[in-house]
Amino acid sequence: MWMLGPIGFVLPSLLLGLIVLPILWLILRAVPPAPIRRRFPGVALLLGLKDDEAQSDRTPWWLLLLRMLVVSAVIVGFAGPILNPETERTGIGPLLIVADGTWADARDWPTRLDRIAALLDEAGRAGRTTAVLTLTNLPPDTLDFQSAEATALRLPSLQPAAWEPDPAALTTWAETLDGDFDTFWLSDGLARDSRDPLLAALQSHGQVTVFQSPRQTTALRPARFADGTITISAVRTPTGPEGEATVAAIGLDPGGVERQLATTTLNFAPGEGVAEGTLDLPAELRNRVTRFELSGTRSAGAISLTDDALRRREIALIAGSNEREGLELLSPLHYLTQALSLNSDLIDGTIPDILLANPDVIIMADVATLAQGDSAAMRTWVESGGLLIRFAGPRLASLDPTNTDADPLLPVRLRAGGRSVGGAMSWGEPKALAPFADGSPFFGLAVPADVTVSEQVMAQPDPTLAERVIAQLSDGTPLVTRSSLGDGQIVLFHVTANAEWSTLPLSGLFVQMLERLSVSTRRVGTLAEELAGTTWVPEQVLDAFGTLTDTDTLPGVSGERFATGIPAADLQPGLYAGEDRRIAVNVIGPETVLGPAAWPSGILVEGMNVTRETLLKGWLLTAALLMLVVDILASLALSGRLRGGRGNVAVLLLLGLLAVPQGGQAQETASTADTDAFAMQATDNVVLAHVITGDAPVDQVAQAGLLGLSNTLFQRTSIEPAAPMAVNIETDELAFFPFLYWPITESQPIPSRAAYEKLNRYLRTGGMILFDTRDADMGGFGSSTPEGRKLQAIARLLDIPPLEQIPSDHVLTRTFYLLQEFPGRYAGLDLWVESSSPDAEQVEGMPFRNLNDGVTPVVIGGNDWAAAWAVDEYGAPLYPVGRGMAGERQREMALRFGVNLIMHVLTGNYKSDQVHVPALLDRLGQ
Amino acid sequence: MTDAAALRASAATLASPLPPLLAEAEHLATTVLLGEHGRRRAGLGDTFWQYRPALPTDEARSIDWRRSGRSDTAFVQDKEWQIAQSVILWVDQASSMAFTSDKSLSSKADRARLLALATAILLLRGGERVGLTGVRLPPRRGEQQLLHMADLLSRDDGVDYGSPESQGMLPHSRVLFVSDFLGDLAPVEEALTRAADRGVRGALVQVLDPQEEAFPFDGRTIFESMAGTLRHETLKAGDLKDRYLARLAERKNRLSHMARTTGWQFQTHHTGASAANALLWIFGALERRA
Repeated sequence: MWMLGPIGFVLPSLLLGLIVLPILWLILRAVPPAPIRRRFPGVALLLGLKDDEAQSDRTPWWLLLLRMLVVSAVIVGFAGPILNPETERTGIGPLLIVADGTWADARDWPTRLDRIAALLDEAGRAGRTTAVLTLTNLPPDTLDFQSAEATALRLPSLQPAAWEPDPAALTTWAETLDGDFDTFWLSDGLARDSRDPLLAALQSHGQVTVFQSPRQTTALRPARFADGTITISAVRTPTGPEGEATVAAIGLDPGGVERQLATTTLNFAPGEGVAEGTLDLPAELRNRVTRFELSGTRSAGAISLTDDALRRREIALIAGSNEREGLELLSPLHYLTQALSLNSDLIDGTIPDILLANPDVIIMADVATLAQGDSAAMRTWVESGGLLIRFAGPRLASLDPTNTDADPLLPVRLRAGGRSVGGAMSWGEPKALAPFADGSPFFGLAVPADVTVSEQVMAQPDPTLAERVIAQLSDGTPLVTRSSLGDGQIVLFHVTANAEWSTLPLSGLFVQMLERLSVSTRRVGTLAEELAGTTWVPEQVLDAFGTLTDTDTLPGVSGERFATGIPAADLQPGLYAGEDRRIAVNVIGPETVLGPAAWPSGILVEGMNVTRETLLKGWLLTAALLMLVVDILASLALSGRLRGGRGNVAVLLLLGLLAVPQGGQAQETASTADTDAFAMQATDNVVLAHVITGDAPVDQVAQAGLLGLSNTLFQRTSIEPAAPMAVNIETDELAFFPFLYWPITESQPIPSRAAYEKLNRYLRTGGMILFDTRDADMGGFGSSTPEGRKLQAIARLLDIPPLEQIPSDHVLTRTFYLLQEFPGRYAGLDLWVESSSPDAEQVEGMPFRNLNDGVTPVVIGGNDWAAAWAVDEYGAPLYPVGRGMAGERQREMALRFGVNLIMHVLTGNYKSDQVHVPALLDRLGQ
Repeated sequence: MTDAAALRASAATLASPLPPLLAEAEHLATTVLLGEHGRRRAGLGDTFWQYRPALPTDEARSIDWRRSGRSDTAFVQDKEWQIAQSVILWVDQASSMAFTSDKSLSSKADRARLLALATAILLLRGGERVGLTGVRLPPRRGEQQLLHMADLLSRDDGVDYGSPESQGMLPHSRVLFVSDFLGDLAPVEEALTRAADRGVRGALVQVLDPQEEAFPFDGRTIFESMAGTLRHETLKAGDLKDRYLARLAERKNRLSHMARTTGWQFQTHHTGASAANALLWIFGALERRA
């Protein structure tokens, strides 16, 4: 290869072609451009004019230069220039390329792949056999060295893993290596104990070169929750000057959309490897956090998943009315509050308020009966997965058993009265608890001997009673019963929540039982013995890039393996679900410290950057082509052919070629801005709107008509509408408009399903649509005019109530003006509205029936009202109505109908109220 | 050959917004015919002009008794003197007029015919007699004349450059020449001189294409006349522009000068401009008192 500065040439001999350039110059210069023939009457004036000088027919020097450049670009281009041609790396024999492939690699994985690809290219040119692997995903069998091309094919499937290499597996694998080979090791830059043995093993087979970039790696430790605040810490290596990292808490918002709930900034002090910060979140938000993320870093180490450790349950406590104020130790809730407040958030309040907050658990201490509505709401809440825990007490004991039969919020039927054992007035000793049976949620809890029960409520014997008992006394009477209702559960403690009836609330067992019932959640200690025998199922796993994906194909993990907590292929980082809680396995542990990888001095450490060799051939040829285009235009311009329309087209084409396509983002922002502007315009004032039919003249008439009606309303009534708007039912929001005018045209399309949903929602929520078939001159409504058929087709899927022809006492006849006819441009008689209720009776002496309910959602007619209302910008009517003064009267009536209609839309059946009867009777002259 | 009916229709459209053109007749002598042109003096006609005291020479029946009853003296009602004028048109139909530089522009010939016919319509509406030069169509009144004229005007002539026909110009009539005047000017001059001799006044309208005015050419070009009889080759058309424009200006100057000396009006009209402007100018030029 022949080098010229940083450029090498593949075929330097072709450059000799540049010698011909001067010859070409002479040839091109001598040939004048071809003449154009033009018809031109003014030639008579030209006769006898001589050209100044014959030189003008020569090609100008700059055009010649351009052409020379084209030719030289082609010659140089075909000579195969290469910018930064790579100098070959020396070495022979097989080559092993090893990447750490950990989460720390993920951030710049493409760079690493590029580096590997470059190394493979080199090896390919040197004819070396190669093998590529990542230490986190060791091949099961011995190394298989293949040609560089074959290895390069496998590159896309090379992926980093979210965990670190397993030292034991590395040692085993290193022992299987044999033969001589050189090694290129792409390090992730983190210190690791397993490095040195592997390095020694590799060095025993040949030379090892390390590629490592000096960049900083940052990772996030799991968040800790203590004293109401969340403590977050991040670690980095190598430690550098002062720096900061932004941590975002991410979770689902109430709408179920994942978003950033909070952010905080951690500041690394200079030379420090750890930065700590706190995040104070309200319990509601805190419970929503699903993970913390280091912003701007794309790796599994920058993500810390939260599990139940962070989540505090919300428990609502409800007591029966507490008359004995001030006796705190006797309060039915005292022991519950003590037991639960440490690890959960307590809510109190009225039942409707509590249900609105949707707590995880509701505890009712000695509440006998609920109000009817509360009971139903509570039942719905339990059925949707709530846990209701009830404690007995004097009130529950005094319940009438005939009532408890029906109470669905009790797991068992209760006998009246309850029983008392070991009291002053009774025989026997207070009863102790029996050991918990296998299958009970309390199984395995030690029963302290000093827990005794002296009073309790009794369950009715029942075939289902046995299976509902989850704890009983030594004499076999149920102490705790449980039943499920829907997705939720109801648990009844047959004793009080205070120490009146038993000593249970005084013992540690009480807290443990509540925990077992998942009432309170414990700090996740993951004690090995506690995890023994359990199985944890991965629900979501993290990949090395920090992407969280749902999984249901991975096998469950045994508790023993889980207890080690070290992520690997069989314990991938992610969220694991156990029997009653979820635990997150994070890449970075709470005590993890990162350090920079240290390599022995004998090892060659290179950077990660690749100076790519660039082939310039394509660029040169493209430049030549572009210059040719310029040459064409210049030649045309010179010879005068670039005139008029054709020239403009050519220039435009050229500009179009050169124009860089604009991104779509601007459009998107523009469209949201449009939507906002639309909403602002529509809601700023009352706005009448019409549906865009797609037929431009009809739409213009509708627009002008609504303008006329708006003006009339403005002048005559207290409704002061803004300028009317056109609404596209497919794309625009309808909810802003109280009233839609919908002219029907034969050619308009049937709305889409989404538009129908929108329209039905609009009609149901109080909107009104005036359908106008505009065909009253040709036929009555419902006859088979094309518009009528179209209206039927459109209305088929609309949620329209039964209709009737407008009765003479309909409220539309008197909302503002007293009307009996509703003419538009045509004076057709048919106007259809929602039919009045059949039981409306006319009272003797009243002019109209009492029709107080229901504003009609649709008004259908064919009188072409918009044309009668239509005015131009000066307020003059646009279309003739009728003839002469009678026509003007009809237009006035049409406007009055419009006023009445809008009044009806905005005030509903206000005028239907009988209060107005005397005044109306007076007006009617009756 | 242009469609005569279409030409007439578009000319009628152009003529419709203008008031009837009342050309002024200078002399009565040879074409005495009652028309609707007020002479601003008493004479034969239908329109009231003035009351004047009756002279002894007035016949008793000419006395306006209604006016006379209001005073002691007798009055006679004078009518305004009304005559009709003959206007003769010449439109260049040579092939040089067929030139148009752009599809969106009408050709010079189309514009010239349109102007001529619109003028004719206005004149006929004003009660004038309109005809063409030569012996093809002597001046007459009426709708039929218009049909004949449209028919004759829509014929094309094979020659390269046209020259006005000076025959058939009635003494003291009005004449309108519409052409591009790019050919030999000698016949024009002769026609104008002859017209001046016979007391004929009129207007010259030079219709030019915008390209003829701008000469936007460049490079090696061979220019040919429309019929192909003339040819000029240049190696660098851009250099000719100045000299071409100078020649064109000189030609206009000469036409203008000839018009001035013979009492005519001269105007250049471009096909890129509005035809109504040109018609207004013609209206004014024909109305002008000599």
